[in-house]
Parts: sequence; structure tokens; C-alpha cells
Amino acid sequence: MTVAIVGAAECDLGSTGLSILGLQTQAITRALADAGLSLSDVDGIATTSVARFSATSLAEHLGIQPAWTDSTFAGGSAYEMFVARAAQAIEAGQCHTVVISFASNQRSAKSRSLGGVYEAHTPEAQFEQPYGPLYPASYYAMAAGQYLHKYTAAREDLAEVAVAAREWALLNPQAFRYDAGPLTVDDVLGAKPLSTPLTVADCCLVTDGGGAIVLTSLERARDLPKPPVLVLGYGESTTNASMTAVDDLTVTGAVASGAAAFARAGLTPADVDVAQLYDSFTITVLLSLEALGFCAPGEAGDLVRSRSLPLNTSGGGLSYCHPGQLGVLLLVEAVRQLRGECGDRQVAGAEVALAHGTGGILSTHATVLLGVDR
Amino acid sequence: MSTVPEPDEATRTWWDATRDRRLVVQTCGSCGHAQHPPRTLCTGCGRTDALGHHDSAGTGLVDACTVVMRAPDAEHEAPYVVARIRLPEGVVLLSNVVTDDPQAVRIGDPVTVSWRPLDDGRALPIFRPAFTPQEK
Repeated sequence: MTVAIVGAAECDLGSTGLSILGLQTQAITRALADAGLSLSDVDGIATTSVARFSATSLAEHLGIQPAWTDSTFAGGSAYEMFVARAAQAIEAGQCHTVVISFASNQRSAKSRSLGGVYEAHTPEAQFEQPYGPLYPASYYAMAAGQYLHKYTAAREDLAEVAVAAREWALLNPQAFRYDAGPLTVDDVLGAKPLSTPLTVADCCLVTDGGGAIVLTSLERARDLPKPPVLVLGYGESTTNASMTAVDDLTVTGAVASGAAAFARAGLTPADVDVAQLYDSFTITVLLSLEALGFCAPGEAGDLVRSRSLPLNTSGGGLSYCHPGQLGVLLLVEAVRQLRGECGDRQVAGAEVALAHGTGGILSTHATVLLGVDR
Repeated sequence: MSTVPEPDEATRTWWDATRDRRLVVQTCGSCGHAQHPPRTLCTGCGRTDALGHHDSAGTGLVDACTVVMRAPDAEHEAPYVVARIRLPEGVVLLSNVVTDDPQAVRIGDPVTVSWRPLDDGRALPIFRPAFTPQEK
């Protein structure tokens, strides 16, 4: 691998009252400043959720005419996919400096609905939405139900994921729940039920926010102000659009995406010092830990309870920020951990980080392995 | 929402069967693969010219379930059960399990098909527990 991340930043988070393009501009200009680069250096853009022509609209807003763009829409995993695509484009020489960015004002704009987006021409509109599932919550709820049934895992195992996320958020001044105080297992179990067995405390936040990262060749990265963060490996898997296509809800596409990423990097889960796993729901983390090989099936609850793997050190989607698609912020946190910039929540000596995105209803899965320049 | 879009060329046979309260499963006459929802190709063998429909027995098992506690729209009234129903014909359907005791529905429960009429003469297949509460 010859590509590195050289800049990383968040836009304003929480409830901002700002526009999507305004938040995007914050994220991008801050990430470029972090990288010691300027907009005139950027010849590649990857983003979603700006408009129908997302990268096109963003490029015009920034006043640039990129040689490479990507707006693959894959929900929260798209940003991990973009790292792979950007690395390939840079290695192939199609472009030299790529910005991957996302921003949403969904909390300010009240643009989120419990039933998800309705598209009358899709099979789901005919065969699923008439039954009133919450999208995506009811699918993750069914996966959680299967998980508890298959492994006789405890409901408390799910809750522990939210408890652990809050512990990290209390160390991150940027976290939405920074001042909220600790969360207990009983708090999670006693929260309002949404789609059983999940309560609202098993579900990610609904906030504004976003971020950006900047990638370029490692050769160039070594001349820039911040220590380069190397792209060591990546992999992805796309498994389903509907709620009925996957045979076993407890086995996700993270099995394939993780295996591909580890093989490409020549690493194993034991080499990972800090992991950022998309925590759309508590169950997502348990399923991803097992699929990525951090523990055996059915044992993720014990792993989380042990706190032996530093996991979602920003506080994650559950307690830090969830702007609809968390993927880019998983990468921002991974970069900061590898640079040693995380203050009270810094994982000492972190040299290898994993970021794993999940999109839709366990639909898309993408894993990225990052490392320090040794 | 309970408003169901008009069928298309792939799904018309399936929906027309519901007018007669028949639950059908799309099946490939070439390789025998069963699939849902109906499509214009067989995902088992890729053929586009061998697809037909067979009547389902109308029984199934709960493969996964959740009780929705907050309805997404005015057409649904919580609490209600959303479930994946595994049919013996080899496909999984999303549906509702209609029962007086939503919290009692479990993975593995046997269910039988029932129908929720739509305004245009079609009907939505839903499922009811295949045993009485005493039997359980």
C-alpha cells in the first residue's frame, strides 16, 4: 500500500441549525488545514447525501473540477468503501489528493422518519412496508432476537454495548452525551421500548454532524505536517436490500469484508489496537465483533464486558454523534487515535486501527485497516 | 404504509392470486429454485423463461420477530408483530403475526396464513398463531 490519510476533521456536531453544504464546507476546510493542503490541491471528491448528483454538487460548491469522484450510495459503510476506491484511484494515477466527506443536519432539519424512505417502485414497497416495520430499527431488532435465541446470550449483553460507549463519550468533549453522566445496564433495559427487544437506548443518536478525511500518496504524505496514517487494507461485502434475503441474521457481510481487509493487510484481529465499529444499534456491534473475528460467535457480550478491546473510543453513534451515516467519523477517530491526538480517551501506543462501516439493514459492510508509518 | 403499490410485470401473478386468497411462491421450472419477492429472472440459475408460481401450503414458522412499539405512520397501531415467516416451500416472507398477545410470539412458533383485504380486491397475506394459547 502506498496511500495515506493526511488530514481528518469533524464539522460542527449536535444541533447546529446549519445547512448540509455549510457543514460539508466546515469539515473539508478543517481537514485540509489539518493536512497542510488547500482546495487547489484537491482533484478527487467522494461524498453522498448532498443531492442526487452528490459529488458533482459538492465539487461545484467548492469551486473545483475534480478528475475523480465517487458517490456510491451504500449508507453508513460508503465512507470505508471510498477509502478503498480512493486508494486505488491514487495508486492508478487518476488523481492525487482525495477528500472523503459527509455531513448531515438531520437533527436540525427533523428529516428522519421512523419508517425510513418510501420508494413506491421498489419490491420493499410492495412486500415489506405494508406491514409497518421500522426502518432500519425493526430489522436490527429481529437480528437481536435471533442472536438472543441462537446463543442464549443475555439481553444485558446488548445493553453493555451502550454502557461502554457512554464511558468513552464522557471522555470526549465533542460527544453529544459528554455531560450526560454514566449509563447503566438498567437504564438501557428500562428505556422506552422501540422495536423489541431494542429500547431507544439501544439505538444510535439522531444528530447533525459529519467529517472529512484527506488522502494522498505516502510519498507526498511524508512531506506534510502531520504523521501519515497508512491505508493497510480494505474489503467490502454487499448482502441484501430487503428484510428477507439473508438466511441467518446473526451472520453478516462483515465476515467477508473483514477477511478481505485482514488478508490484504497481512494482519489478524489480534494486531488491532483500537476498533471503530459502526454502532447503529447495540446488536450491530456484537454481530460485527464476531464477524470480524475478534471473538467466537456468541461471545461478543463477554468481550465488551471485559473492556479488553478499545472500541468506539469517540463514544460512537450511541453517545457521540450519529448524523445518519457515521462512516466518515469512524475514520476520523481512527486517524486521531493513531496520531495520539485523543487526549483523555487516547489508547496508549495505538499503531493499528480498524474502522468498520455498516449500511442500511446490515446491507453493506466495509472494513478498513489503518496503521502508523513505521 | 398499508397502501400497496400497483403490481408490475414481475409481481402481477403473485398479487392476482391474493384476489382468490391464494398464497403462491415463484418457482423456477428449470432448476426448481423458489424465490421471494417475484422477479423476472431466477436467482438460482439465471434463466428468465422458466419461472412459474406454485400454491403454498399457507403454513410457516416464525424465523425472526419484533414487536413494534411505536408505529411509523397513522396506518399502523402499535403494538404489533413484524416477523419473518419461513415457508416450507423454501422462501422467507415479511409479514405480521396477528394475535391478542404480541409479546408472546416466539421464534419457531408455527403460523398459518390469513388475509387483510385491500381496497382494490387484492389482499395482504398475514399470519396467525397455529395453536391456541392453552396449547402453548
